[in-house]
Amino acid sequence: MSRLPFYLLVGVLFLAGVAMSLHRHYQLEVPWTPGEQRQVWEVEAQVNFTALGDPVLVDMALPSTQEGFRLLTEHTASPGFGLSFVEEAGARRAQWSIREASGSQQLYYTAQVLVAPDSRPPRLETPPLRRDIVWERPYDTAATQLIERAWGRSADPYTFARELFHEFDEQRQDENARLLLTQFDRTPLLVRLLNQAGVPAREVSGLLLEDGRRRQSLTSWVQVFDDQHWRLFDPATGEQGRPDNLLIWEGDGQAVLEVQGGTSSRVTFSMLSRNQPAAAAVRNQLAEDTILNFSIHSLPLEEQALFQTILLIPIGALVVVVLRILVGIKTSGTFMPVLIALAFIQTSLATGLIGFLLVVAVGLVIRSYLSYLNLLLVARVTAVIITVIGIISVFSVLAYRFGLNAGLTITFFPMIILSWTIERMSILWEEEGPKQVLIQGGGSLVTAVLAFLAMNNPWVRHITFNFLGVQLILMALILMIGNYTGYRLLELRRFKPVTED
Amino acid sequence: MREWTTPGKLRAKGIIGMNRRNIRYIGRYNNRRLYPLVDDKLQTKLLAERFGITTPALIGTVTTQFGVKHIGELLAGHSGFVIKPAKGSGGKGILVIERVEGDDFIKPSGARMRLVDVERHISNILSGLYSLGGAPDVALAEALINFDASLSEYTYEGVPDIRVIVFRGYPVMAMMRLSTAASDGKANLHQGAVGVGLDIATGTAIRGVQFDRTRHDHPDTGHELASLTIPDWPTLLLLAAGCYEMTGLGYLGTDMVLDRDQGPMLLELNARPGLAIQMANGEGLRRRLDLIEKQPEGVSPEARVAFAREHFARRSELETTAEA
Repeated sequence: MSRLPFYLLVGVLFLAGVAMSLHRHYQLEVPWTPGEQRQVWEVEAQVNFTALGDPVLVDMALPSTQEGFRLLTEHTASPGFGLSFVEEAGARRAQWSIREASGSQQLYYTAQVLVAPDSRPPRLETPPLRRDIVWERPYDTAATQLIERAWGRSADPYTFARELFHEFDEQRQDENARLLLTQFDRTPLLVRLLNQAGVPAREVSGLLLEDGRRRQSLTSWVQVFDDQHWRLFDPATGEQGRPDNLLIWEGDGQAVLEVQGGTSSRVTFSMLSRNQPAAAAVRNQLAEDTILNFSIHSLPLEEQALFQTILLIPIGALVVVVLRILVGIKTSGTFMPVLIALAFIQTSLATGLIGFLLVVAVGLVIRSYLSYLNLLLVARVTAVIITVIGIISVFSVLAYRFGLNAGLTITFFPMIILSWTIERMSILWEEEGPKQVLIQGGGSLVTAVLAFLAMNNPWVRHITFNFLGVQLILMALILMIGNYTGYRLLELRRFKPVTED
Repeated sequence: MREWTTPGKLRAKGIIGMNRRNIRYIGRYNNRRLYPLVDDKLQTKLLAERFGITTPALIGTVTTQFGVKHIGELLAGHSGFVIKPAKGSGGKGILVIERVEGDDFIKPSGARMRLVDVERHISNILSGLYSLGGAPDVALAEALINFDASLSEYTYEGVPDIRVIVFRGYPVMAMMRLSTAASDGKANLHQGAVGVGLDIATGTAIRGVQFDRTRHDHPDTGHELASLTIPDWPTLLLLAAGCYEMTGLGYLGTDMVLDRDQGPMLLELNARPGLAIQMANGEGLRRRLDLIEKQPEGVSPEARVAFAREHFARRSELETTAEA
């Protein structure tokens, strides 16, 4: 059996991969490294609603150039709809219209936003104070008391806002605050109270930019004005200041989305950070798609974000292949470490490791009871899955109570994977003893951590996402390793005694 | 660096690593289609009977839950027996009953069981408690092996077995696996059983290892290993060699036991035998496998055994160290 076709295949894969990557680099000027670049966010808003068969008018707020961000380009996709952009006193809105539509509708709006730290905020007009605020009893007394208390402790509009927000802290809420919260939503309530006290303020909606997130929604913020300036406050915490990754989507106190002629309307956001050479980012080229320029960048943003993760999986798998075939590390379940590493990417390494160890340890204890019951395998693993969900819920609630936000992110761990890990570890414990559990469990974790470090490396992320040819090179590499008949690194230790005599 | 060696030294010793075993031998000589023959002990047993290879006598099988109720009738008249799952692995789910006293079933440890306990054990086997992946299984009842008394000083609790690697029908390397207190009566080397390399020509001990380190005596009985000789060695080799015709698997681990009355018997087969046998023999498999790859097909088992005994003969290291 000749191995020649095999080596030819490997050679062709490798050369094709290299050629594709070179083409992308030289022809399309995609840089090799993520450094020396400008960060561009692609943000996609997806509007979903159900049309009722009548004329439909969709009115959505749009972001504009603002402090920290410069709007580069924008695109929309809305088959059959008429579209116009309306600008009124600095606030931009998109209006989609159609004479007749029925059933589920989707409209897309995509904007490329350049991170520009030197971009100055536009001069914002102080909004008029609302004088028409009327409270019903007994809310009027509660509002007055809260305002008076905060007023006494403050010196200017910003300190007043801060003190007022503190009145609504979880720990410090008094009866007045609680009473008002039963009747009003937090953000509109705060704006209302500020206005009543004669401090101009309004609610704005912003998007927290985080790479690769999908199905995000806007968060509410409160802008507070004095005569010259304005400041941003987080209504939940009372913290003052604009986070670096906050893109203000709607800054005029209007509704973000209004739909006439449709129901169940909502808007969700996907976003992706991409590094481009400064020049390219500004030039915002639109290269036409050819076979050689075969690119996932032409996909909708939501799919792109998904692919960014998917394209990293081969890197994690390569780490597993190297560690198992070349080094000889034992792992429990072949590609389990890659899945654990993917979870680490969601949770961050330290939280992920601690969460994983906690859940597996508690799971093992509970599983050891289940093994007394002599259940059938599938039923037993199902019981473990339910237990794992229980453990994760308890940990999340506890972590939240202790004020650890990180605790919440362990919910990103795939439950089924955790359950199988626990099941395998438990069987290993019964059959081979705790030592093997440590060896294989430790091996899995070491592999997962290395896979995580490889996958989370910004350079690797950049290369895998921008150069699809790399996947072919990886394929060639893995085929070659699969052909390796030499010794594993750890076998040099295992077989050492034989060479001694 | 004292813990590590170099690839060059291993190659010089002819040691085969896991990757080479998987690709060059298991991948090339073992057709996956044939795996069920060795993974299912019942199939192996029926096949062995057809090929005239001695195995522990089959008392009966239980395949259905309602069949469990008739186990009493099946076992009547047998004083000692073993019940095992057909698709079990690593010795899980094996129940050994040494003798029956009235209504009591007595295990080697002296623990007593009632008939209902045996029935529950079989029912567990059938529902897949011990089989890979929890698939429904079949329970086998086998006659107890009365192992050769001459070997009892070399082992602790468990029955010692002899692993012979058979390559293209040639027995290439052999070792005896002696259970110890550390291995909890099991014969798995990584759990602390002692492996004793056996000379293919004579069936005498070459070298002993425990936890990958050389040993000259049994850790529990204290008996030295050098004097270990397997009785009826040529018959045992012939049985092992015959497993090639029986299964068609080119690279095979055969586990044999010695019965006091019936001599060598085949206990089970393994299509992915481990590499620890090289440690027990202090020698790599590579040269022997290379030599056999040069041999033609269609040689009779007798001729293959003769070839192996002539070419793979070794002098015991235990003796030389004892003399020195």
